[in-house]
Amino acid sequence: MTLNTPAAEPTFTSGVLLASTPRSNGAGPNPPATARKLKSRFGMAVQDIADSFKLWRLATRLGWLDVRLQFSGSTLGPFWLTLTTAIMVAAMGMIYSQLFHLALKDYLPYLSISMILWQNGLSSLVQESCSTFTRAADSIRSVTMPYTVQALRTTIRCSLVLGYTVIVPLVVFILFGLWPGSVVLLALPAVALWLFNSMAWCLLLGTVCARFRDVPPIVGSILQILFYVTPIIWEPKQLKDGAWWLYLNPFYSLFEIVRRPFLGQVPTGTAWAIALGFSATLGVIAFVSFARSRSRLAFWV
Amino acid sequence: MSMSSPPPAQAEHNIRSSIDIESFSLSFPIFHGGARSLKKMLLKRGRSFLAPADKNRTGGEVTLSKAENGIVEVQALNDISLHIETGERVGLIGHNGAGKSTLLRVMAGIYMPDAPNVHIQGQVATLLDVNAGMSEELTGRENIALVGLHKGLTPHQIEQLEKDVEAFAQLEEFLDLPVRLYSSGMRVRLGFGLATAITPQILLMDEWFMAGDAHFQERAAERLHAVVGGTDILVITSHALSILETWCNRLIWMEGGRVHMDGPTDEVLAAYRAATGTDE
Repeated sequence: MTLNTPAAEPTFTSGVLLASTPRSNGAGPNPPATARKLKSRFGMAVQDIADSFKLWRLATRLGWLDVRLQFSGSTLGPFWLTLTTAIMVAAMGMIYSQLFHLALKDYLPYLSISMILWQNGLSSLVQESCSTFTRAADSIRSVTMPYTVQALRTTIRCSLVLGYTVIVPLVVFILFGLWPGSVVLLALPAVALWLFNSMAWCLLLGTVCARFRDVPPIVGSILQILFYVTPIIWEPKQLKDGAWWLYLNPFYSLFEIVRRPFLGQVPTGTAWAIALGFSATLGVIAFVSFARSRSRLAFWV
Repeated sequence: MSMSSPPPAQAEHNIRSSIDIESFSLSFPIFHGGARSLKKMLLKRGRSFLAPADKNRTGGEVTLSKAENGIVEVQALNDISLHIETGERVGLIGHNGAGKSTLLRVMAGIYMPDAPNVHIQGQVATLLDVNAGMSEELTGRENIALVGLHKGLTPHQIEQLEKDVEAFAQLEEFLDLPVRLYSSGMRVRLGFGLATAITPQILLMDEWFMAGDAHFQERAAERLHAVVGGTDILVITSHALSILETWCNRLIWMEGGRVHMDGPTDEVLAAYRAATGTDE
């Protein structure tokens, strides 16, 4: 794709835009004939991913339009999300602080950041990734476009939604006069890891769910269970003996590396190690799954 | 439609465009019943599969393979070999279900992009179906911008694209309304205007582009002429033989997923007319 090459300036001839240089479409730029012969599944998948990152502006626009369309016709627009989340966090904060015998000013900030990061973060990334390709069935069947664009689009859509709801914990932190300090910067690499994870989920669950239509409800059920067994509304320290076995759940580690910095704490090395190991494994599985099913995807959606 | 001979190809690209397909076959998996369910598939593992059931013909060949797991395979293309060079204007004929549209989708890289026996050289643009990936909920203008972004255009170029398509499609205020409100004629105007705004090296068109009223037909032909003049290769499918006669210098007659006849337009047309008794 000739995004930044000025030489690719199309010329107008009799009202018709003529591309003056060969421009690649989804099938990639014209490689020499010898390279063509060597095209393997994995090579094609790498090419697909690379091509789609060059189309990041398209993916961003698609993701943004998805969010806008979801809330078209409502005055508040995406701020509906902010409002519903705020009400939910307030209600849960009241009830659970009493159940757990915690002071609201200690519990509410913890609950607000945790709920947002789970419900609009990790959980929705995984759930939404299921429909990565099925949502785009029409365009997959009629336009040549790198498939990974759809994964980028889903990731961007989820990030935008998360962005709208992050306002809630921000307000809570300001109300209680909390500031996590510079340690919050440690959340940045962790968020980057989440984005990588999201792309991997999209390529893995996106292809699996395109083939098997009963997978999304299964994923939903698993996420529901994870919500209860992962320390989201409760603190790990409420368990006896520090609960080392929480680490058996990789979502716990993934969750901690983003959440702890917001609470002014440094995530443990164990959490980071597990999160990195899990992401790497997921990435490999996702890539293999995507590469193997890429050529059949147009038939499946 | 006053063209009598196909327009000449533009030979300014240093890489010559070509389409190379060698003994290519394609069968669609069609999932129904339990084939869509992971649970049922897993439960059925271990049970013996039935032998392929009897074959019966519709357009393509339908094979009920492994009837037990509910996957039906439709043999859409069967041992296709063809080579298309720069400068050729190819028409695909044959009745419904002969595999014409499937073949176009293979050439576009939509079906089986990894097939080792399909080599497409050159940048491809497709006019496969009217909606061509347009989003129903978005306005015409937003869809134009999306296509521009897909082609990697700059914001300035997208603005030009928008003006160009706006002038051609003549949708007036409808351009700022969601596409789902459009009539089919309006969709064709937008889709056609959009797809023909940027001249590709290889243009693949399905027959829908000939929908629309007479006035549109005229302007479409004019615009198509300009685009086709700039492309290296044109492949169109149509049931209107007069259109193929006008635009093509080579016809491929398809029958049941196979190439039945391949040759210069007049020869194939004569044989086709003789065989089907159409005189259109």
